[in-house]
Amino acid sequence: MTHTRRLHLKTIPLILVSIILGPLGNVFLGKAMKGVGSLSSVRILDLAPIASRVLTSGYIWLGIACLLGFFLAHMLLLTWADYSYVQPATSLSYLTIAILSYFILGEAISPLRWLGVFVICLGVFLVGQTSPSGALERA
Amino acid sequence: MREAVLFFFIVMAGTAGELCVSRAMKSVGEIHDFRPKSILRFILQSSRLPWMWLGMALMSVGFFSLLAILSFREVSFVVPVSALSYAAGAFGAKAFLGERIIRNRWIGIAVVCLGVTIVWWSRK
Repeated sequence: MTHTRRLHLKTIPLILVSIILGPLGNVFLGKAMKGVGSLSSVRILDLAPIASRVLTSGYIWLGIACLLGFFLAHMLLLTWADYSYVQPATSLSYLTIAILSYFILGEAISPLRWLGVFVICLGVFLVGQTSPSGALERA
Repeated sequence: MREAVLFFFIVMAGTAGELCVSRAMKSVGEIHDFRPKSILRFILQSSRLPWMWLGMALMSVGFFSLLAILSFREVSFVVPVSALSYAAGAFGAKAFLGERIIRNRWIGIAVVCLGVTIVWWSRK
């Protein structure tokens, strides 16, 4: 097996893990917070009971665990893969977040929102096409 | 109104926190090996830097604001809108870390902002 092939074999699964775990973490945080109830008009005095409800929600810890897993996968990737390779690939996570919100949380996503999500993915992808260091680009 | 303030905290405090941590990391220097002893030394070194603590505090503000907004807004709305961090990060890196942002990166950031605007329009 060539070195490049071996590199792909460990890079691609980790990219998949990070574009699923990151959004999954946010989806679980969302599920936990919806269970706590709206904080859109909450007073400072109510914060202590709310904090205890948040901290005792299983979903919040599941979300944090997913985000930690995402962080670990991302850091691992960056120890061997170029940032300019990893960053455009992870732009897909904006698409994953829309898909997971639809299937796990049952959120209705309008065509306009899908369009916005695609444009954001494209923008993040374009940012990733540039060199990770401006100094390198000049050289 | 509260929603705009929370987004402001998610984007600005989150990004400012990352910039502070980045500044702290740059002064600790690149990490070359990942043995537990070196990692421990790295953590001890960075925990002595005020920038690190300031960064952590700001990132926590960003995280709690995210939790608050998720209690009344959809995940498929909040996460894409918080991609505005790409723009805040570029401006911040230019002003605060003296990084040079090349034209193509500005173009990507402008496209992200366009996408965020479209998602914002989809708000119910």
